[in-house]
Amino acid sequence: MGTRFESVQSVREGLRAENYLADEGIAGVVFLADRLGKPVLVEGPAGTGKTQLAKSVAEMLGARLIRLQCYEGLDESKALYEWNYKKQLLRIQADKSSDSWSDVHDDIFSDEFLLTRPLLEAITAEDPVVLLIDEVDRVEVETEALLLEILSEYQVSIPELGTITAKQIPLVFLTSNNTRELSEALKRRCLFLHVDYPELEREKQIVMTRVPDVTENMADQIARIVRSLRQLDLKKAPSVSETIDWARTLVLLGVQNIDAQQAKETLHVLLKYQTDIAKAAKELSVEASK
Amino acid sequence: MIDLLAGFVVELRNAGIPVSLTENLDAMEAIQHIPIEDRDAFKYALGATMVKNNSHWRAFETVFEVYFSLRGPEYKLVDGDESELDQMWREMQEQQQGQGEGKGAGGGGMEALTPEEMMNLLMKALMKGDQGMMRALAKQSVQRFAGMEPGRPVGGTYYLYRTLRNLDLEGMLDKLMEASRQEVGGELTPLEERLEKDEYDSRIDQFKKEIEAEIRRRLVADRGAEAMAKTLRKPLPEDVEFMHASRDEMQNLKKSLYPLTRKLAARLARKRRHGRKGPLDFRNTVRHSLSYGGVPADPKFKYPRPAKPELMVIADISGSVAAFARFTLMLVYAIQGQFSKVRSFVFIDGLDEVTEYFKGVEDISEAIHRVNTEADVVWVDGHSDYGHAFEVFWDKYGKDVGPKTTVLLLGDARNNYHASQAWVVKNIRQKARHVYWLNPEPRSYWNTGDSIVGDYGTHTDGVYECRNLRQLEAFVEKLA
Repeated sequence: MGTRFESVQSVREGLRAENYLADEGIAGVVFLADRLGKPVLVEGPAGTGKTQLAKSVAEMLGARLIRLQCYEGLDESKALYEWNYKKQLLRIQADKSSDSWSDVHDDIFSDEFLLTRPLLEAITAEDPVVLLIDEVDRVEVETEALLLEILSEYQVSIPELGTITAKQIPLVFLTSNNTRELSEALKRRCLFLHVDYPELEREKQIVMTRVPDVTENMADQIARIVRSLRQLDLKKAPSVSETIDWARTLVLLGVQNIDAQQAKETLHVLLKYQTDIAKAAKELSVEASK
Repeated sequence: MIDLLAGFVVELRNAGIPVSLTENLDAMEAIQHIPIEDRDAFKYALGATMVKNNSHWRAFETVFEVYFSLRGPEYKLVDGDESELDQMWREMQEQQQGQGEGKGAGGGGMEALTPEEMMNLLMKALMKGDQGMMRALAKQSVQRFAGMEPGRPVGGTYYLYRTLRNLDLEGMLDKLMEASRQEVGGELTPLEERLEKDEYDSRIDQFKKEIEAEIRRRLVADRGAEAMAKTLRKPLPEDVEFMHASRDEMQNLKKSLYPLTRKLAARLARKRRHGRKGPLDFRNTVRHSLSYGGVPADPKFKYPRPAKPELMVIADISGSVAAFARFTLMLVYAIQGQFSKVRSFVFIDGLDEVTEYFKGVEDISEAIHRVNTEADVVWVDGHSDYGHAFEVFWDKYGKDVGPKTTVLLLGDARNNYHASQAWVVKNIRQKARHVYWLNPEPRSYWNTGDSIVGDYGTHTDGVYECRNLRQLEAFVEKLA
């Protein structure tokens, strides 16, 4: 297996070229994931760029992104593979007379009748792929077990066909919003990466790369206001994606210098709960003048 | 290296972080791909392979710092079996060395500075956010104010306190604000002022962390990593005891409470939804058989619907157990959806219903604040009197206790030698579905001194020790 990355630094620069600003931890873990051939479990608050990380890595490598969106009730036939029953039926009916039973049997359980689903697709792919298993915390604990074989051995066992082993080890990202504790078995197989709200300086850089029209002064102000907001005891702190939306809004409105009034009027872009908005508006104007 | 890593893993396990053997092996492999001189990368490599839960990260960082960051010749203070004289000599040498460094980094003979000059320097560094300068000053102030003595068995917090007392960082914040006001030449708008303040706050925080790290470094050099790691060992957030939590720990507890409630609610909702199949539902099966010409091809089953309990929480909010009651109330209200009805009462020696405070309030902490300030809970002297409080409850609200009600009693049952009136609990139990008692004290303290939890306990369906979030979570899950 060839390695994809030279060094941590090269990961970081590559991601930067894709407009994703990774901090050292993120770049380091991505680098290790490649070297150790292990999946990465990315955890953190909503809207901090967990999914985006997988997308950016795929873009950087010029690889195809295969995405498995998890939801409650996800099962084998949606995640791994499924037999194409209709086609099998057709095959059986097509020449009833000629074939013997064993021929038909062998025939209908062959590659031709197999519908690949994201996980199987990822390991049978010839071209470079990045597999993204999104919001893995949404599936039930029992379903998690489905993932274990593919994550540790990079293979899928199909009773009728035998074991299909990966031709190449794909980079795998699992994201989780941490709505429940994932099983130990799953965690043990993964490298763990916690993505948190970025530092002031990095957030400013993110705003500047994602919103090209923003001035440096503005970006600085935006990042600082957002940091202040995050320190409040809010129901839902503003995420990075919301910060970017806010920056875009302000640019569209032609704001050059944010004052309390403008901030208050556009707060609904940043915050999604009425109580939060009221609280933030109060904090931003009243508290400070004390 | 392997020895060092092995010690490191043992210490992580001691700190309560579960590190499995495979994870250990992964870590070994991971660090081979990382240039060893790159400390940050090294740290993330270890973190990514060994720590699989974000709330453990802080504990990991501390242990890491002790084991890997602080090893350098400049911090060698005492070597195992030296005589006291040697120690003193080394210490002196180290002091000189420290001052030398201060000189290099600070760009001026720091040891000669008067305290006022030093404060000015610090203020400048904070205003500019000059990292190197701040680090040098942190070093210098620890040197100057902490008064550290080798081998003295006191914790790092003691030195930290001494250093910070001398620095007066609170006053520094005001001064900084004043200075930036002058810089702009006039008044700042409220928004600007707020932002400036937050900026300085974070810088001062950073400075405090520098000081803390410096003290730790010196202590490690003095006592060795293993001993130091032991004193620095802090319980993980879910294991912090309510009764003895410091203010910092309380903050952390509060933070970890919210994700916990979310998880708990999700788990409970799931439990309800995926109830196992019950017996055949005859009526429904026949109804569905009509579409198959009377053949019961599609059997239907009864799904047991677990009843949502009605909950009555009666909490002691006197000083000693207030924190515990607060967390329980917050938890219960955060997952209200899992109960058909929640009513809450608080008492010290009088009792008052506080359900109203939580109605339509999205912000639970505000409701808690109102409970603490507005509820009428003092009857005579404001010392816990469980007996009287229970009597009041029985008189006023006893009729509301019904067969669907689960009653939760929260408190340490330290009754100040008043009459217990345990008959109330007995009566409640006769009417209610369940009565549970949660006690935030360790089991070994029960029924000692004025604690009469046993008197009440015999009339309940169970008394549970509930000292930390983990235990509380387990109990609530059982309940719902």
